[in-house]
Amino acid sequence: MAKITSVADLKKFQEDYKAKQAAKKEKIVVNVSLATCGIASGGKTVMAAMKEEAAKEGISNVEFMQSGCMTYCYAEPTVVVTLPGKDPICFGKLDETGARELVKKYLKNGEVTGTVIPVNYNRVEL
Amino acid sequence: MDSTKKQLRIATRNCGFIDPESIEEYLGVRGYEALANAITSNTPAGIIEEVKKSGLRGRGGGGFPTGTKWGFAAANQCDEKYVVCNADEGDPGAFMDRAVLEGDPHTVVEAMAVCGYAIGASNGVVYIRAEYPLAIKRLKKAIDDAREYGLLGQNIMGSGFSFDIELKLGAGAFVCGEETALIRSMEGNRGEPYTKPPFPANAGYWQKPTIVNNVETFANIPAILIKGSDWFSSIGTEKSKGTKVFALAGKINNTGLIEVPMGITLKEVIFDIGGGCPDGKEFKAVQTGGPSGGALTYKDADTPIDYDNLLAKNSMMGSGGMIVMDEDNCMVDIAKFFLDFTMDETCGKCTPCRIGSKRLWEILDKITSGHGTEDDFEKMKSLAVNIKDTALCGLGQTMPNPVLSTMNTFADEYIAHVRDKKCPAGVCSNLLEYFIIPAKCVGCTLCARVCPVNCISGKVKEAHVIDQSACIKCGACIDKCKFDAIVKQ
Repeated sequence: MAKITSVADLKKFQEDYKAKQAAKKEKIVVNVSLATCGIASGGKTVMAAMKEEAAKEGISNVEFMQSGCMTYCYAEPTVVVTLPGKDPICFGKLDETGARELVKKYLKNGEVTGTVIPVNYNRVEL
Repeated sequence: MDSTKKQLRIATRNCGFIDPESIEEYLGVRGYEALANAITSNTPAGIIEEVKKSGLRGRGGGGFPTGTKWGFAAANQCDEKYVVCNADEGDPGAFMDRAVLEGDPHTVVEAMAVCGYAIGASNGVVYIRAEYPLAIKRLKKAIDDAREYGLLGQNIMGSGFSFDIELKLGAGAFVCGEETALIRSMEGNRGEPYTKPPFPANAGYWQKPTIVNNVETFANIPAILIKGSDWFSSIGTEKSKGTKVFALAGKINNTGLIEVPMGITLKEVIFDIGGGCPDGKEFKAVQTGGPSGGALTYKDADTPIDYDNLLAKNSMMGSGGMIVMDEDNCMVDIAKFFLDFTMDETCGKCTPCRIGSKRLWEILDKITSGHGTEDDFEKMKSLAVNIKDTALCGLGQTMPNPVLSTMNTFADEYIAHVRDKKCPAGVCSNLLEYFIIPAKCVGCTLCARVCPVNCISGKVKEAHVIDQSACIKCGACIDKCKFDAIVKQ
């Protein structure tokens, strides 16, 4: 991994990263909230179940990622799914069954299922 | 910006959006750009000026202006200075710092380095409690990755500025969140506070100038430097700028972490964001500032939340715990709960805190057990004021706040406990009596069978009776009764 030794390096890294992200636009991104609270309420089980179900359903165009707190303690475990060309949707109160259902319905057919958590904030993007 | 949304996320801007274990993702959201700009094209004085102008105040609870604090440390000529991140989050029901550290650790690393540049320090220490293993793991990885990328270490980006960070794990003593006790603990001594001055900014860790800032304070820094102090100071109220992260817990529908602009009203937080109390119960109060704060009630619903307004209401901002209480919570019991916490956590160094807390708790215990007299109110008030005036550190000075604040706002509940020997919320078991309503009782005998002291008698299919002298008020009967025939009063 290259060291960042100047501001120019940093800018170049940002550009490369943007290009990489643009390429990702064609993919389904599944973001699982895995902070202590998410893990404690079963986030890892949900992620494993979704990975397994996606493989079973033959959905290969999908990328799983972990992130920190999504702030919805009351609805953990929570997962944000971004289908290509669509706005991200946050699904909450998942368990193993719900996670598999989510893959079969939303990831496969774009059919919204389970508990959708409305986004209740504005976020500052730098 | 969607104006119907009440929250604005600055300190938690990346939490839940990026992989906290990936430095690439942080770099992708303009991570380390604030540091890069600072060390290559700004002066330490310029950075401090920018932070001062932003109006950022310490988010650990005290609310001291961050830029001013940095200025004190920068003004000291010394060969060695320290930047300390206070991640010893200990308020009951508060988890703001953990969320930031687990969701966006690099932002703290970056901000500490910026602070180091601004005050002339090359060493950073994060004091984090050992009960946060995942936060520690992610923070460690963030520091290692930053080193690997040359964003920490010697001569960062060829600027000649060097900075590195180490972790110190705290054993979870509440008092160690107080900055002087924290410094003592970092030095390997007992976590006991000492008298200020000298302030840490002049003589702190190993007697060197030290800046101690909270996690959330740091998390705001990169955003302020990238978007500018004018932008930041345009958010919030006159004297409290920016946003505050709160942990909404207790009797609230949408338990969770929220970040709101300063000046938002309590009503908006509890009802618009929090969704009100569960099961349609009446909202009663919210404890802000944890065990050091006080209760805000429905009467304060339209009060804009900022540092000064909360102080005026006998509460405080604190680190951001918000514990919501509904009609089923007894405020005397709540005061006792918080005092029980501080009584356990007092370090014992000064007498007002060590013994005062115990005496104060004993009076509350007397009241909740039904043995209180009206003299106790005066006793409690004078004891509380004495503790506030004479305790050594913030823990002791603020410890009587929950008592004073609830006595002030819920005087009627205290009076009911003492004069009428009743607990209006039905919590204090010694003041309750369980009754069977004869009209509703079908004589199923279930309560009599479940009663551990056999104080319920009655024939099958006839109304039962509870023997008040034998009842231990355990509540087993009320849970078992299928006909709502048992009530507590």
